[in-house]
Amino acid sequence: MILTDLTACEALALLEKKEITATELVSAYIAGMAKHKELNAYITETADIAIAGAKAADERRAKDAKPRALDGLPIGVKDSFCTKGTLTTCASKMLYNFIPGYESTATAKLFDAGVAMLGKTNMDEFAMCGTGLTSHFGATKNPYSKAGEFLISAGSSSGSAAAVASGMCIAATGTDTGGSTREPASFCGVVGLKPSYGRVSRYGVAAMASSLDTVGIITRDVADAALFLKHMAGRDDRDPTSAPREVPDYMKSLNQPVKGLKIGVVKEFKNDQIDPEVAAGLENSIALLKAQGAEVVEISLPHSLVAMTVYNVIFSEMYSNMSRYDGVRYGFRAEGPFASLDDMYMKTRGQGFGKNAKRRIILGSTVMNEKYLEPLFFKAQKVRRLIANDFSAAFASVDVILTPTMPIPAPPRTSPLIVNDSYGTWFDMVALVNLAGLPAISLPAAKTASGLPIGVQLIGKAFDEPTIIKAAHALEKAAKFDNRPSTLMGA
Amino acid sequence: MYTVNNKYEVNIGLEIHCQVISESKLMSGSSARYGGTPNSHVSFYDAAFPGQLPLINKFCIEQAIKTGLGINATINKTSHFDRKHYFYADLPSGYQITQQFAPLVGRGTVEIVNEEGVAKSIRVNRIHVEQDAAKLIHDRNPNFSYVDLNRAGKALMEIVSEPDISSPYEAGEYVKKIRAMVRWLGTCDGNMDEGSMRCDVSLSLRPIGSKTLGTRVEMKNVNSVKFAVQAAEFEAERQAKILDAGETVAQETRLFDPNSGKTKFMRSKEDAIDYKYFPDPDILPLVLEDGLVDKVKAAMPEMPDAKRARYIAEFGMSDANAAQLTSDIAFANYFESAVKSCPDGKSISNWILGDLSALLNEANSSIEDSPVSPGALAELVNIINDGTISGKTAKDVLGFVYTERKSPKDIVAAKGLAQISDTGAIEKAIDEVIASAPDNVAQYRSGKTALFGWFVGQSLKALKGQGNPAMVNEILKSKLG
Repeated sequence: MILTDLTACEALALLEKKEITATELVSAYIAGMAKHKELNAYITETADIAIAGAKAADERRAKDAKPRALDGLPIGVKDSFCTKGTLTTCASKMLYNFIPGYESTATAKLFDAGVAMLGKTNMDEFAMCGTGLTSHFGATKNPYSKAGEFLISAGSSSGSAAAVASGMCIAATGTDTGGSTREPASFCGVVGLKPSYGRVSRYGVAAMASSLDTVGIITRDVADAALFLKHMAGRDDRDPTSAPREVPDYMKSLNQPVKGLKIGVVKEFKNDQIDPEVAAGLENSIALLKAQGAEVVEISLPHSLVAMTVYNVIFSEMYSNMSRYDGVRYGFRAEGPFASLDDMYMKTRGQGFGKNAKRRIILGSTVMNEKYLEPLFFKAQKVRRLIANDFSAAFASVDVILTPTMPIPAPPRTSPLIVNDSYGTWFDMVALVNLAGLPAISLPAAKTASGLPIGVQLIGKAFDEPTIIKAAHALEKAAKFDNRPSTLMGA
Repeated sequence: MYTVNNKYEVNIGLEIHCQVISESKLMSGSSARYGGTPNSHVSFYDAAFPGQLPLINKFCIEQAIKTGLGINATINKTSHFDRKHYFYADLPSGYQITQQFAPLVGRGTVEIVNEEGVAKSIRVNRIHVEQDAAKLIHDRNPNFSYVDLNRAGKALMEIVSEPDISSPYEAGEYVKKIRAMVRWLGTCDGNMDEGSMRCDVSLSLRPIGSKTLGTRVEMKNVNSVKFAVQAAEFEAERQAKILDAGETVAQETRLFDPNSGKTKFMRSKEDAIDYKYFPDPDILPLVLEDGLVDKVKAAMPEMPDAKRARYIAEFGMSDANAAQLTSDIAFANYFESAVKSCPDGKSISNWILGDLSALLNEANSSIEDSPVSPGALAELVNIINDGTISGKTAKDVLGFVYTERKSPKDIVAAKGLAQISDTGAIEKAIDEVIASAPDNVAQYRSGKTALFGWFVGQSLKALKGQGNPAMVNEILKSKLG
């Protein structure tokens, strides 16, 4: 048995039956982390925390005490989640030495459920990019890269997706502001679940664009995503934007028939921007769902064509959230002496932020100029409402919407798309979902001729995670995508 | 009407920042008390650590509603919070949370009396709620500035008037009225020395009779009533000089210097800071629950005008006394506490505003810190009224109560100050006086009645000042015949 091939649900069953111990499981993953260091999936490794967590879980099980829901499961935590006592950098020099004195609600809930943290995963700096290349601690390599090749993992939750795909953790947290959980999941052949805005508390997660930010989870399969979401979701009084709604048992959505389920396919997303193999992957998914009795309906999201423009304006909230990184109270401060306070700010922010972050902050600063507030920001907020209305109209006739997650499979870092920074249009289909605050799940549904994963995305109504989990699980079983780390990385 | 150089009338608008009296800060649970060891009232949120989120303190909102009701303003059922950005070490997150677009309190009015004794309404445009900044300390070290975050994130109410104020005097009266009102309501301590109430003044001139407002100049850092008057006077003259010279006033921001009483250039309109306002995405719109405004209204104290009328009717005190007691909630509270144990409100009011105030003023102290408790003052008036001590002795007793912090009765007992009302003792003293001065007795009896006063004085002296004066008078009259 290859322990790192187990899904979380499989591992829990074996732990329950005492066929394996959490310590064995965690140790297998620690070995995996050592073996695949070249992927650069982790910024900080916390083997001691993981071992201690596993031992505690084993002791609980040995004493026959009621085990916790995720007792002993080894996970990775994206480095934008504040973890009390553990370095939290957001992949930026700006926070190269930042050790929080508090725990994010999402990770606190996971720890309460018994997880063992293997480390803090790599990411795009401050979650501000979608390539996985902009970390201060180096790029994350896609585990699907062949020898001598460097495919991008996508981002921003690059390390989380690469780690789950390569057997360096059983699951990992992500964040999703404009696709940051689903994009790397898609490129790395794993499952990425982005819940509805307000479903999981944002407390303790470094903010980027607050009205778009959500906390997600990356897992090997749909069942694991359902399992983890159940233990992350819920109202948190420390996050006023978290929803005071009951958390359903998402596990009950697994293995449910999809006969009669109405699946919307977006008219606007059938275009030549989409790679033919990706388009074929989508067609295959449609066919697999139809075969199980689902009905497929073409729908229109007319404002989706301006989604990226609107997204880029709303995203400028990030400018505001980045203002706190100034070298005064924590984190990086440039070497003095300084001519003035402004001099200290300029040197600190000039040296502390990477090139991409600085570019985005400057763009954000321009967009947020008072004279553009009315014609740009407020207008974008209005169009954002129209986008949400498009979805509401579509959901009057369908239960879920199916799209490709990314229009292309993972490209090499040398691709002109990356080199020329022209990948911005990638994110239409994922960012749209954040603008509307809806839940979506990306799962690997097919492979390209050269063996790269193709991800598709199922979008649901607000807080209707159960239906997208149900549809994704049905599609996953039919697609039979083999994403065992041993298949990919060798045993 | 106030004019400058007989040519211009002035329009003044004020923005008054009031620190809200509250146990904790506007968006965090940290203590909002004044002072404290630097950086001891700071949470991770206050220091703008990553992932920290704001949580509205409902009490601060109620305080702002109360203040709004105090000026008969509209309370907006829905308001929201916005971010105002600038980089400075006193602002941890790089933005201040304020209410730029939809404030909690809408239009209201403040009544003042101008220099001609005429009542006038000043319109208030809005009161919005926002966060205070941290305090920077620059004078500890030549190479460093120090940041104290204790003040960062405390709640402020910004009361914004329309430019209805037409003279420096009116500006002073308006500030006084706002200060008295917030103190009255307990929503701000109004302490301008400690900076818990701060003021920006905008002023423009226009030719007398003109319908359009002139160019507005804003003055920052005007932090007392006196300074508000000074700043307005200085700025009105400065602008008049510019206009008289045929030039135009530049729209700018100036800084008031309390040492010179002058304003100096700070920044022009062109250099105005781009604050990049936008709605704070971390805070849901503030929707007041049904009944909240009524609940706050029900908890409002009796307002000064109503209280004043009641004092006159209920206690028969003078209008002047009633006005003075209701000029400051501290006086009114002291008074009402005292009349609980002494029904003679009229005398109580005289003692508070007379001798007690004199003692407090001398010690540079205030009624809140009075060493004479309301109960002690009530006791004092009671023992005057029951004849235990004379009014004259009472003044001394008050002095002792003030310095020794004992009850009036204890002071009277300890110092033997009780008035002598024993007929026998008084008669004995008077007999001695009469016996010792046969000449004066003869003169009095032959018609020189003016000597009666001398006999009273001698008798009281013999009684060591403790003789009941009414009894002394009566007995002397009968004995002298």
